[in-house]
Amino acid sequence: MTVKIYIPLDSGSVALGADDVAKAIAAEAIKRGEDVQIVRNGSFGMYWLEPMVEVETSRGRLAYGPVAVEDVDSLFDAGFLGGGEHKRFLGHTQDIPFLKAQTRLTFQRCGIIDPVSLDDYRANDGLKGLENALRMTSEDIVKAVTDSGLRGRGGAGFPTGIKWNTVRQAPGDQKYIVCNADEGDSGTFADRMIMEGEPFVLIEGMIIAGLATGATKGYVYTRSEYPDAIRIMNEAIEVARANKLLGPKVLGSDYAFDMEVRMGAGAYVCGEETSLLNSMEGKRGVVRAKPPLPALEGFMGRPTVVNNVISLCSVPVILEKGAEYYRDFGMGRSRGTIPIQIAGNVKHGGLYETAFGLTLGEIVDQIGGGTASGRPVKAVQVGGPLGAYFPQELFDTPFDYEAFAKADGLIGHAGVVVFDDSVDMMKQARFAMEFCAIESCGKCTPCRIGSTRGTEVVDKIARGEDPEMQKELLADLCETMKFGSLCALGGFTPYPVMSALTHFPDDFKPHALDIAAE
Amino acid sequence: MSLTETTEEISIRVGTICDGLSGLEGALLPILHEVQEEFGFIPEGALQTIAKKLNLSRAEVHGVASFYHDFREEKPGRHVIKICRAEACQSMGADDLGDHAKRKLKVDWSETTSDKNVTLEPVFCLGLCACAPAAMVDGKVVGRVNKDRLDRILSEVRS
Ligand SMILES: Cc1cc2nc3c(=O)[nH]c(=O)nc-3n(C[C@H](O)[C@H](O)[C@H](O)COP(=O)(O)O)c2cc1C
Ligand code: SF4
Ligand code: FES
Ligand code: FES
Repeated sequence: MTVKIYIPLDSGSVALGADDVAKAIAAEAIKRGEDVQIVRNGSFGMYWLEPMVEVETSRGRLAYGPVAVEDVDSLFDAGFLGGGEHKRFLGHTQDIPFLKAQTRLTFQRCGIIDPVSLDDYRANDGLKGLENALRMTSEDIVKAVTDSGLRGRGGAGFPTGIKWNTVRQAPGDQKYIVCNADEGDSGTFADRMIMEGEPFVLIEGMIIAGLATGATKGYVYTRSEYPDAIRIMNEAIEVARANKLLGPKVLGSDYAFDMEVRMGAGAYVCGEETSLLNSMEGKRGVVRAKPPLPALEGFMGRPTVVNNVISLCSVPVILEKGAEYYRDFGMGRSRGTIPIQIAGNVKHGGLYETAFGLTLGEIVDQIGGGTASGRPVKAVQVGGPLGAYFPQELFDTPFDYEAFAKADGLIGHAGVVVFDDSVDMMKQARFAMEFCAIESCGKCTPCRIGSTRGTEVVDKIARGEDPEMQKELLADLCETMKFGSLCALGGFTPYPVMSALTHFPDDFKPHALDIAAE
Repeated sequence: MSLTETTEEISIRVGTICDGLSGLEGALLPILHEVQEEFGFIPEGALQTIAKKLNLSRAEVHGVASFYHDFREEKPGRHVIKICRAEACQSMGADDLGDHAKRKLKVDWSETTSDKNVTLEPVFCLGLCACAPAAMVDGKVVGRVNKDRLDRILSEVRS
């Protein structure tokens, strides 16, 4: 009998050698005359165990990891095709504590299925949300999304249903659904993982958004740093077209919807929705002033929904199981689940989907297992390069939009980057300014010029040139950037800078910054 | 591809790319990507052709191409190594790794070695933040890159 072996094609797993392991296992199976079928699945997101190899046995799916090419021989010797004991044996995949404790709504199939098999997707409850939506009016679809409490997962946390309703009511023959897959924040990879591991859920979410708003064309704007995600998305779109999921008659209905993938070109600011729209139109990725809202005058001046990948991927489960089901998870005004991405200097790095409300300490110490280096945690940056650095003293902050705002931080796209005690927080503050200077779209002076001044001010503190006055200057500069910037690139860069200065004042003393000449 | 292409040859090849893509809504970025795929960079001579095909001014096309970090004005080396410089990778030693690469290759960021073999580029996040530090070598992702691993990569691209 053919034994099914799962080896992820996720670029995180491939970066750790999954392709080589797959080749080695295939070659060894031939050599030993074993009848195997290798399925390249998505990742479950436990990167310290990648490449994680699973075998389908009579006892269910059993996992081994992290598997290196050197392990392959001994895995066969140990009879891993039948679930044999081996030093890399992890037991039942679903019983691995990191996975078992999660609430996987958005990522429910990621890792389980062959990403580009529509049959697999359907066999695991895929398309049920869309089938329900096809029987509903656009008002009712929007109402379900509004009632679910879903807020945009791209960073700003704007209620998705309200945005959809604006587009639904906007006059226009041609409307668009634009999926923001620019995912530029350091420490985040949820969009990448789901596009590589379960692309059909994004397609399904975008079609539902189309039904709800009257849009018939969708675009996925993905960063060029994600070639694998782009390839897999394109492949899935082809499969969807061939199976009439996309096209003039979605699943045989009277609705038309089609979509394509567009590639960015290495500009962080193009994740900002209006800059993204300019970029898609073939212009410089300069931020547009609002109003007009993209919902009314978006892509090509037409009504456009711009939503993050995870926002759109959370819609199918809401339509499948109902608004209440989703809303019952979470705390306060943060409803449902959030895929937390634990990254950086951390033992158990990966994606952890759970209801809102865990504390930062639980995420870093318990789920993440502390630092990879084994040294104490000094700081945690939450929400990407525009997010604040948190000290251990704030580890009781619950993962919730409002609670993070109250602690002068933000959740952003839910990336959590851990640093051990070797980090120099003044250097991190300098980097935040440098990053803003590199990525500024150039429209506002505080962002464009202020950020370069910011790096210079930090350099002066480092050299001991009147450090106390420079610190005041740095705070003033942040104040100017915060209030004088059109978008959050200039406006939020003060978060990492000021949090570093506030929580780690001891680091802001004259000392060599250990920065190589640019 | 010969190294001494005439403006005319460039123009013909770029024109073909434009004809294939100009039907898209917002065709300029897809065209620039395709041109860079074809030549490794955006040749000076391509701007005029693209401008003409899309009914834009040459300055507009140049303005767009120069806005985006991806588009190169010069031909890169035979190999392109991108090293992530963003925070999650910093927490795992990316700054040291970048310095090491610069020393070994005797280049600064975005420069090409004197033998035209390797171009070293910074990148800000590859979505491999749980396998930091991360790099991309000729389009292929590599995770948990330490100095030894980088040295091995460098000797592979040198051979
Ligand atoms: C500088 C900057 C970068 C951004 N990058 C992203 C991004 O990569 N992905 C994203 O979904 N939203 C990003 N945003 C937020 C978007 O502007 C927008 O709020 C979001 O795409 C809306 O979708 P949502 O409501 O589903 O979150 C960024 C904003 C700014 C100011
Ligand atoms: S804050 Fe910066 S990135 Fe944002 S619009 Fe102004 S200049 Fe552009
Ligand atoms: S992206 Fe380079 S200056 Fe804005
Ligand atoms: S920060 Fe380096 S890969 Fe994300």
